Amino acid sequence: MAEVVFDHVTRIYPGNDKPSVDDLNLDIKDGEFLVLVGPSGCGKSTTLRMLAGLEEVNKGRILIGGKDVTTMQPKDRDIAMVFQNYALYPHMTVADNMGFALKIAGTPKDEIRKRVEKAAEILDLTEYLDRKPKALSGGQRQRVAMGRAIVREPKVFLMDEPLSNLDAKLRVQTRTQIAALQRQLGVTTLYVTHDQTEALTMGDRIAVIKLGILQQVGAPTELYDRPANVFVAGFIGSPSMNINTHPVINGQAKIGEDTIDLPREAVAKLTAEDNGQIIVGFRPEDADLAVADDPNAFSLKVVNVEDLGSDGYIYGNIITDGSAAEASTMMSDQNKLTTVRVNPRALPKIGDTVKIKIDPTKMHLFAPSTELRLN
Amino acid sequence: MGKRARRGAEGGCNGALSRRQALIAWGFCLPFVLVFGVFMLVPLLSSMGMSFTDITSRDLRTPFNVNIVGFDNYVTLLTDPRFHKALLTTAIFVIVGLPITIAIAMAFAVALNKGLKHLNAFFRAVFYAPVVASVVAVSVVWRYILQDDGLLNSLLAVFGIDGPDWLHDTRFALPALMIMTIWRNMGTLMIIFLAGLQAIPTELKEAAAVDGAGKWRTFTSITLPLMKPTILLGAVLISVAYLQFFEESFVMTQGGPLDSTLSAAYYVYQQFGFGRYGIASAASWVLFIIIAVVSVLQFRILGSDE
Ligand SMILES: Nc1ncnc2c1ncn2[C@@H]1O[C@H](COP(=O)(O)OP(=O)(O)OP(=O)(O)O)[C@@H](O)[C@H]1O
Ligand SMILES: [Mg+2]
Repeated sequence: MAEVVFDHVTRIYPGNDKPSVDDLNLDIKDGEFLVLVGPSGCGKSTTLRMLAGLEEVNKGRILIGGKDVTTMQPKDRDIAMVFQNYALYPHMTVADNMGFALKIAGTPKDEIRKRVEKAAEILDLTEYLDRKPKALSGGQRQRVAMGRAIVREPKVFLMDEPLSNLDAKLRVQTRTQIAALQRQLGVTTLYVTHDQTEALTMGDRIAVIKLGILQQVGAPTELYDRPANVFVAGFIGSPSMNINTHPVINGQAKIGEDTIDLPREAVAKLTAEDNGQIIVGFRPEDADLAVADDPNAFSLKVVNVEDLGSDGYIYGNIITDGSAAEASTMMSDQNKLTTVRVNPRALPKIGDTVKIKIDPTKMHLFAPSTELRLN
Repeated sequence: MGKRARRGAEGGCNGALSRRQALIAWGFCLPFVLVFGVFMLVPLLSSMGMSFTDITSRDLRTPFNVNIVGFDNYVTLLTDPRFHKALLTTAIFVIVGLPITIAIAMAFAVALNKGLKHLNAFFRAVFYAPVVASVVAVSVVWRYILQDDGLLNSLLAVFGIDGPDWLHDTRFALPALMIMTIWRNMGTLMIIFLAGLQAIPTELKEAAAVDGAGKWRTFTSITLPLMKPTILLGAVLISVAYLQFFEESFVMTQGGPLDSTLSAAYYVYQQFGFGRYGIASAASWVLFIIIAVVSVLQFRILGSDE
């Protein structure tokens, strides 16, 4: 049993006045693979290092397997960590690197050898056991760092962006391997990354964090289908969600010259602070081309099209007053253009004006004042 | 020079140009080459030459009385019990003094590597001060500390211990000088070790901590092995200095009492003072060879797996 609990955990670095991790409440279930994701500098490493005991906790408690470890030394916590730069001991061979923790724990020599060899087999490192880390490639070093963690059979694995030093192809390969390995070993894992694709593909659950504050925790599909706020909506998913603020007129959103229907209960939740506006988000795959006189669609001036063979994407500006306006567009990363996935066999041309209809069940609505979800 | 330059310009061919460049390069080197040649190479080679002759101070006016004597000086030296004693004293000095110096310097370096910044800068300066202080100046203080009714013995008396007359007791003179030498050389090593410690990535220590290593284990299993090149450098520097151990003997005991602080370098100095230039030169070459051998050995042993 090794459930991990963060209980109102706060970390303020000496010399900073704002907390780097602010009042974090998070449960990681026994055997779960939880991915902590967020933009650079949001406090992911800090969270991980507090769990490892490498960083002091200013407020709150951390529990591993029901035991309060808040003030415990790292060596007493029974955790294993994979560092971003691997932190392999340069003066030791691969085998010694992997066996170091066991040696300290006083494990008998042949037992250490057996476990190291078994781990090496799993990670395909057998032929490198006698080499020093500097004679290994980046991918091999990464596997040694993994090996060092798994021979321990610890209560918890901690991984801080373990794939960020690998090239794109190896990264995709390794992330599948790590996820499979974790499921096989069943060890509770906290995995840090800033890459939302990694988060979506690897995690049982994902915790999104921004500026030290936890935004949402949930299964990948949950975060993808029902993001709790504008930040999560924009952060999760690639290509990212189209998110724009629009005026609400008679319970309808005015998008450019057109109006589209909004669910009544969502509109009812808008308050005076929202100034009669609403944030509408939709994923590129949740909209499609519509016929010219569809009353529930908006016009888009196409400025770019992409044909990927399996998918087609159109990028465009919403038309206001007959001209393409960019002012009302925000938060989507395709150069502030609205992105829609379409059938690649029926791509419009650049310069065309097309009608776009959003799937009403897949629309994400947020209040401009709080940026929280309405529907 | 002017003629050559003109020829180079007229001909415009590459050979002349590169020759001219080489000449200019030599011109830049000349001051160093001259200084090195006159003040280093000439004395060095002439001392080597002298070590094979029977030159003494009386021969300075009558240089034709100097005879080549082959290895006679070296034979004399190697059969002189005083030279043996001097070598033994030097050996003891290095073998005991070097590890102690390294251990103390390492302890200070580790202590000063963390903690408060300003306080550390202060202590670094304090511990380094003996290195820059003149040995003659500090000898006055040390004599005051070590003399029979000095500071050290007064302190020992508080605990009811009757301290020896450090500098005039054959058993204690060498240890007393050793302490003083260690005090003088510790600062250099400490600074070198501090630099070495700061080059060790914190991540490695964190990895060791997560792997279950305590502070001491991290030090012995991670820090020390990674410090090996730095320690080797320090060991070579300090052992060369200790093999040439001279100044403390010179200012504190003049090699006494009863030659108990007579080092190899002091022996050379004495022979020179007696006017026996041939013997003195031979002795200094023996010392030179020992230093070279010790340095090579240290690189072999400590740097074995690099
Ligand atoms: N030792 C420190 N002293 C002071 N502030 C720090 C320290 N370490 C981190 N911070 C600050 O705390 C915040 C969170 O840092 P952290 O390293 O946890 O970010 P991160 O989410 O891991 O980012 P990245 O994805 O770039 O690694 C940052 O704003 C950073 O400037
Ligand atoms: Mg980080």
